[in-house]
Amino acid sequence: MPELKFMKDNPEKEMAACCGPAQSTLQLPDTVSCCNTGVPVRGKDQPSWVTGTLMTDVGAIFVVSTGLAAADFWEHVKCRISAFRNNYRVDPGLYAVGTPDKNSDVFATANYKLSFDVLRKSLKGLNAWVLVLDTKGINVWCAAGKGTFGSDELIRILSMTKLDRLVDHRRIIVPQLGAPGVSVDKVKKAAGFEVCYGPVRAEDIGDYIASEYRATRQMRTVTFPILERLILTPMEISPAMKKYYLPYAVVMFAFFGLQPGGLVFKDAAGGGLPFLLLGLISLLAGALFTPVLLPYIPFRSFAVKGWVIGMLSVFLSTKYIAMLGHLDTVLLIFTYLFFPLASSYIALQFTGATTFTGMSGVKKELRVSIPLYILGFVLSLVLLLVHKYGEWIVL
Amino acid sequence: MKYLPNTASLEYFPLHCVGCGMCVEVCPHGVFALENKKAVVLERDRCMECGACITNCAFGALKVDRGVGCAAAVIRSMINGGEPSCDCSGKGKTGDCC
Repeated sequence: MPELKFMKDNPEKEMAACCGPAQSTLQLPDTVSCCNTGVPVRGKDQPSWVTGTLMTDVGAIFVVSTGLAAADFWEHVKCRISAFRNNYRVDPGLYAVGTPDKNSDVFATANYKLSFDVLRKSLKGLNAWVLVLDTKGINVWCAAGKGTFGSDELIRILSMTKLDRLVDHRRIIVPQLGAPGVSVDKVKKAAGFEVCYGPVRAEDIGDYIASEYRATRQMRTVTFPILERLILTPMEISPAMKKYYLPYAVVMFAFFGLQPGGLVFKDAAGGGLPFLLLGLISLLAGALFTPVLLPYIPFRSFAVKGWVIGMLSVFLSTKYIAMLGHLDTVLLIFTYLFFPLASSYIALQFTGATTFTGMSGVKKELRVSIPLYILGFVLSLVLLLVHKYGEWIVL
Repeated sequence: MKYLPNTASLEYFPLHCVGCGMCVEVCPHGVFALENKKAVVLERDRCMECGACITNCAFGALKVDRGVGCAAAVIRSMINGGEPSCDCSGKGKTGDCC
């Protein structure tokens, strides 16, 4: 039986007891083994969410807080709005919540810090072990799809952390969304551990344990409510702005400013501005309005949903925004052709963020829509040229 | 919410099913149910081809062409070849797509 000693915020003393000669933990490199157990002990840069260290037979294990600090929340916000999420990780390995012992539950998760935080927050009041797999900073579901949250990694981390020496039971609770990568059979055969699929949402863990490790159908089902859709939209809008809107804005300014005598700023601003506004509106139609209104928009195809919202946005904008009320016929046809298609294309990108679209369906949508996008784009260019020709003829 | 009807590549071979219920347990969209100790496909159009059921069916009773339901990934694979995969944050880097 492992001897467990709980120590709060005094890693140096315990490190000395464990590893022999006293040495400052601050000088330890990132992955020094404590007594050659193979368990990494990180002495420096101890994360703020670590509240202490637990000394066990298999080495020192960080105890983590179940409360989220203001810094954690701020980091979560940054994950939702920027590329910050691409490198938001915790070190893989074993962690403790509360004062777990040899009978405590073991919860597996990914090493995306946001996933880890959601789990530790849900373990409030429990004594448990948390096993963090190396998923290269990707959340559980996506990593399971790729296979990085998978049987092989689970088997590797079980052996690395020597969990079999730490607990007497042979059960690991794996989030249900890890199932695309984890084979219960394979883990059982290779590592001797029984994988139990916990609920989809970590917040249900308390109820799951209270009902004797049984998840209800509701706990097993993925949903996609409005707040979850809304929270994903900044990472739809921001890349679309950089990838599509900026080049589009430059081209439109240049196009409207281009006169026989050279670039004229007054024309660029006067002619281009309404189209910069329409571009922005159609981008929001695809990346914000469509995701938020998703279940209320008729049709199941994302391309069609985006087109419908794009059409509606163009219609309302040209009707109610004074600046857009005086477009000539050619530009009006261009507007109704180009912008709803742009919204449609951007709305299609949201398939990657949803919880219910499959690859076969996406392929089917693309087979139909891509030729239409290309055709629409070419016709739009022709219309712009026709407009320019008409403008220059007058001159 | 349901996606396009009749597109999911899910195939079920009832003869191989032993009624263990793993597919019912792991499916995040309640596609399966257990009736008379056999799995039945209840909500085929809800299948998103994540592959959870085939990874955990030890008896080969299920088949699905698993993959990411992400337009950006599918378009990328059309251009660059290979299977669609979630790498939103660019080449070689690991990203959090979904």
